[in-house]
Amino acid sequence: MSMPALQTMRPMVRAEGVHKRFGRLEVLRGIDLEVQPREVMMLIGPSGSGKSTFLRCINHLEQINAGRIWVDGELVGYRQVGTTLYELHERELAQRRAEIGMVFQRFNLFPHMTALQNVMEAPILVKRVPRNEAAERARRLLERVGLAEKADVYPAQLSGGQQQRVAIARALAMEPKLMLFDEPTSALDPELVGEVLAVMRQLAHDGMTMIVVTHEMQFAREVGDRVVFMDGGVVVEQGPPEEVLANPKHERTRSFLARIL
Amino acid sequence: MAVDVEPGATFTVVPVRRYGQIVLALVVALLVAWLAAAGASSHFVNPAVVGQYLLNPLILGGLANTIFVSIAAMVIGIVLGVVFAVMKMSSNTVLAAVSGFYIWFFRGTPVLVQLIFWFNGVPAVFHDLSLGIPFTHVIFFSMPMVAFMTPLAASLLGLGLNEGAYMAEIVRGGILAVDEGQVEAAQALGMVSAQTMRRIVLPQAMRVIIPPIGNEFISMLKTSSLASVVTFGELLRRASDIYSSNLFVVELLVVASLWYLLLTTVASIGQYYVEKRFARGTARAERETPWQAALRNLMKLRR
Ligand SMILES: Nc1ncnc2c1ncn2[C@@H]1O[C@H](COP(=O)(O)OP(=O)(O)OP(=O)(O)O)[C@@H](O)[C@H]1O
Ligand SMILES: [Mg+2]
Repeated sequence: MSMPALQTMRPMVRAEGVHKRFGRLEVLRGIDLEVQPREVMMLIGPSGSGKSTFLRCINHLEQINAGRIWVDGELVGYRQVGTTLYELHERELAQRRAEIGMVFQRFNLFPHMTALQNVMEAPILVKRVPRNEAAERARRLLERVGLAEKADVYPAQLSGGQQQRVAIARALAMEPKLMLFDEPTSALDPELVGEVLAVMRQLAHDGMTMIVVTHEMQFAREVGDRVVFMDGGVVVEQGPPEEVLANPKHERTRSFLARIL
Repeated sequence: MAVDVEPGATFTVVPVRRYGQIVLALVVALLVAWLAAAGASSHFVNPAVVGQYLLNPLILGGLANTIFVSIAAMVIGIVLGVVFAVMKMSSNTVLAAVSGFYIWFFRGTPVLVQLIFWFNGVPAVFHDLSLGIPFTHVIFFSMPMVAFMTPLAASLLGLGLNEGAYMAEIVRGGILAVDEGQVEAAQALGMVSAQTMRRIVLPQAMRVIIPPIGNEFISMLKTSSLASVVTFGELLRRASDIYSSNLFVVELLVVASLWYLLLTTVASIGQYYVEKRFARGTARAERETPWQAALRNLMKLRR
């Protein structure tokens, strides 16, 4: 039982000394970060710097080798009793993941289900929402991302931008308290990027806590509350978008921005 | 040497003459005629006897039994195949090892040996089939093994368990063909691995699994003839029961073969429609007629 006043103080995500290795390759080398509720954090950095890996550690799709991550005050992947960490069971991990939405670069919609079924599936299966209620909510979400008329269409018949908007609706259907976006527009034709960014902008406006890995610097500047620049598995620089993007302090940030802009 | 062609001239196209093919056709025709003549003069096959037994009630019963045991063994095989494929891919190493052993053993021994093992071997070793608590004297249910291990039971066990080992590899291939991102998306939504498998992975794996199931079924229609050794009254057994009393050996083998050919042909045509539905995008599936597909399938059958 915590008091509301304390809850507003609690960061939505807190990472402390996070290390991640793949075999002998150390991909994350001590990440310390905090994301506040309703904050939109833009994560930028060169390819291979560990951005995707960090996102995947937050919902425990990857297990970290050292350090700790909390989401909404709960330790990711473990239960702490005193100084002992107990690994969580699959079912508990799944319950925690259900509270974190994730949107992928390649959409990963379920191709054997219609747009509506894609959005309904997890609430029915994971949250035991009654079918007709789930359908009704799914329709409202599709409407929210501007795809009400595509409810009964299969992913293969949708454009990339439409698929990504369905994927966002699918994540929102679980009523997440945090949304992770991993380069959501990188696989899209340039003319389709705008429609996805518009949905994300609206989501940010509605107060969703978001971590967005992106190469869309214009979008990062407009929508981000904070920009974090990662390179070589560490956070090199962070701050308000206008500072980091316009007046980077570090040489590595500067050369990265020079390359990308 | 350059050839001048008047604009607007019309051409006669002469296809390559395939003389070799014509000669070969003549040779084949001669051989067939010679065989037919030899058969007729030696009374090798009496067509009247074939006709007489083609619709014999015992033969038709055998036909029904062949169809039944093939379908039932396939169902058992598919269920086992899915279970063992999922087990083999499980992160639980005990389950994976059990599954690996099952596949290794049942694919590595002849199905004929397995059939005889179930029918003759098991009742010889275990006198009773009992359900109870192991290492205690508590027994809920018991019956003599010979009463349980009927020819049908032994056939279903032998054919079904063997098929399950082959199906497990087919299903595993299908599961591996599903994009990893699908599993990731399902997990990110909070699904546990069993839910992911059932709702997301297996339905997509079906696309890859279903066409080879057709091949397996066509094979099974023929493999089921091995059940004759455990005295199960399928087509071949019924034919041999008849010829062992009337000695029309060849005629009855012809009768059985005609029915097998009909079964496999019908199944191949059915498979054509199933493949057409599932093997989308492959050029071959769209060009062929059902008849060509049936021929192709009959040619490539194994076992
Ligand atoms: N499952 C894995 N096994 C082994 N190495 C991996 C695995 N996943 C990622 N890596 C490696 O970790 C490093 C960081 O990868 P990551 O995907 O986190 O980078 P990124 O910052 O997201 O890059 P990009 O902008 O290209 O998406 C890369 O060198 C990558 O090859
Ligand atoms: Mg990445």
